[in-house]
Amino acid sequence: MKPMFDEMQAAAGQVRAHYSGFDRWLQQQSPALMAARRDEAEMIFRRVGITFAVYGAKDEDGSGTERLIPFDLIPRIIPNDEWLRMQQGLAQRVTALNRFLHDVYHDQEILKAGIVPRDQVIHNAQFRPEMMGVDLPGQIYSHISGIDIVRAAQPDGSGTYYVLEDNLRVPSGVSYMLENRKMMMRLFPELFAQHRIAPVAHYPDLLLETLRAVAPPSVNEPTVVVLTPGMYNSAYFEHAFLAQQMGVELVEGQDLFVKDGFVYMRTTQGPRRVDVVYRRVDDDFLDPTAFRPDSTLGCAGLLDVYRKGNISLCNAIGTGVADDKSIYPYVPKMVEFYLGEKPILENVPTYLCREADDLKYVLDHLGELVVKEVHGAGGYGMLVGPASTKAEIEEFRAQLLARPSNYIAQPTLALSTTPTFVESGIAPRHIDLRPFVLSGKSVQTVPGGLTRVALKEGSLVVNSSQGGGTKDTWVLES
Amino acid sequence: MLSRTADHLFWMSRYMERAENTARMLDVNYQTSLLPQSADRAQQGWAGVLGISELTWAFGQKHAEMTPENVMHFMVRDEGNPSSIVSCLRAARENARAVRGTLTTELWETTNQTWLEFNRMLREGTFDRDPAALFEWVKFRSHLSRGVSVGTMLQDEALHFIRIGTFLERADNTARLLDVKFHALAGDYFGAWEADDAPEVDFYHWSAILRSVSGFEIYRKVYRNVIRPDKVAELLILRPDMPRSLAACMNAVVDNLGLVANENSGETQRRAGRLRSDLQFGRIDEILATGLHAFLTQFLDRVNDIGAGISRDFLVPA
Repeated sequence: MKPMFDEMQAAAGQVRAHYSGFDRWLQQQSPALMAARRDEAEMIFRRVGITFAVYGAKDEDGSGTERLIPFDLIPRIIPNDEWLRMQQGLAQRVTALNRFLHDVYHDQEILKAGIVPRDQVIHNAQFRPEMMGVDLPGQIYSHISGIDIVRAAQPDGSGTYYVLEDNLRVPSGVSYMLENRKMMMRLFPELFAQHRIAPVAHYPDLLLETLRAVAPPSVNEPTVVVLTPGMYNSAYFEHAFLAQQMGVELVEGQDLFVKDGFVYMRTTQGPRRVDVVYRRVDDDFLDPTAFRPDSTLGCAGLLDVYRKGNISLCNAIGTGVADDKSIYPYVPKMVEFYLGEKPILENVPTYLCREADDLKYVLDHLGELVVKEVHGAGGYGMLVGPASTKAEIEEFRAQLLARPSNYIAQPTLALSTTPTFVESGIAPRHIDLRPFVLSGKSVQTVPGGLTRVALKEGSLVVNSSQGGGTKDTWVLES
Repeated sequence: MLSRTADHLFWMSRYMERAENTARMLDVNYQTSLLPQSADRAQQGWAGVLGISELTWAFGQKHAEMTPENVMHFMVRDEGNPSSIVSCLRAARENARAVRGTLTTELWETTNQTWLEFNRMLREGTFDRDPAALFEWVKFRSHLSRGVSVGTMLQDEALHFIRIGTFLERADNTARLLDVKFHALAGDYFGAWEADDAPEVDFYHWSAILRSVSGFEIYRKVYRNVIRPDKVAELLILRPDMPRSLAACMNAVVDNLGLVANENSGETQRRAGRLRSDLQFGRIDEILATGLHAFLTQFLDRVNDIGAGISRDFLVPA
């Protein structure tokens, strides 16, 4: 039988200690009450407008392309000791990744030492030669990192945390972490009275502190802005939310312009200088004169200002070279190389299809593996072997053979589950976790992160664009 | 504040105000149409509704007949008509969404909820069953968003631009309403009119105008007299204490404009101030003597010009 790991139940009818309080409470709630609470949550999310955009879709009520991300009422609970260890591991990993980025864009010691293959980096589409030799405040590149973590069942019934991927470009989802908590506190205040749940609401404060800490050194009172692609972007709610919570302007590319080596925004009282941009726009669209010329989302001349050190971008340009799936397998080695420490968080064992031996193994075991595009995101362009038909596997095999270096493969993990409300009642569904790591003066994390849940039975894909939902994530204080 | 943000705030409140005024006008016309009157008069009323918004042509493209049902459908729920209530509420909400971080949570949620609820009411047939209830609801949602703006927003530029939008739009709408309603009576009304021979049917005509701007009781209170067209015009044009009059609107526009002034806005302020003083020191007999229609047409041009100036100086600077 396939190994399984449920976060709440060690075995049928046997609830893990850190879920016992919640379980007692849940037993006392009638299904009708929980159903009413679910409706209430949905109503509130709609009114607050916590929605994401689906391109090309239209709702019957005319709300255009906006959808709610399903919210599940059963929280994911993490015991304190597990969290403390994870937190250390996250800080260690993100520190190493930032060291790697600085190294790659400066002396390239790690390439010289032969630890990461040079052409993997230099010929990576995410490598930005424009960043060579550019010195950044604090030598930090990824100020906001979203590290995706899963727990996989082992044959002995235990569960192991693995890092599934690093998101160092414009990781999103933190607003859901915050709104989910707010919702749970509103719906079930008694649960928060009964448990010691570590708070998360100070995230925007930490974020602002981080952004201010990495302003150009000559600036005393930095002006921070959030740069959004606009209200039709799928994460627009989050951009607006974070700007509001931090009390900074939410700008679009059209609001910015470059003059005499600095970036300004157009205000009702004339131009005002901008020092730090928390940008939620991809590298490619940031500056039409440097990257994609057809971009209307960026600001012409931004790269020049950036290279002169007259503005800080968070995250930096060129971080994609470190969160690429082809670089991922080397992260544990980075930890050892830069920090001289054993990695606290483990990687999922990964096969690089660019290497002949690995490719052969992958081709022979397509039915068992998960194969991913190196640059893919959002759960697209991947093959989940065990869940695919023969025809799908063969179709994918052809794609893989055409461009092997475009793919990596990993064993199908038996992702852990938590009980989740579904149509037929409460049933186990697979989950993952995205903690958000902030790197400024120091490395900080709010306890927990965003838990995503695959609502379809048996599905391992948690992305909101593919029918995933979210849960509140509790770290219990001891 | 960002120019683009100010632009969205300005239009958010303009569209909300426009939705309210459209609802007011439709409501009064609908109520009037329930009175016994000649078919001509009712027809005139519905034609007036379209005329006010300069939509007669667009309406004709879609509907062969000017029935009350057709006009109301066109002005309430036709998404292809940019001045319909549904279009205005959508635009108000889209503008709010674009700057939701600048709005207080209460104001954003009020605007969003108005949009969601309005659609629900259309879907569930509230409008078909009871148009008056829907109009009333739209009016009150507009009152609510204005109240929530003033009651929760920091009194900074953001609020000032919201207020400018509200009052500029209201000035425009009141002027249009007056123009169409006075014009609805044949010819240059004031040339022929004598105080003593006002026909009875006109009571309903004038009281409808007053009701559409919540001015019926105010009129009685201010003039303590029978309803006379010249007084109606005076109330809606010159009385600074009548909240929907042109004078009151221009006072609010000028005051708020003064609070956001920048180094480019001098000329726009001058023009707005000039318009205000024309109302402040104007007299209704003079206005009527030179012709109400000419006066209102010119007023609309000047309001339009001030709107363009505000855009140029603050909202979309080059």
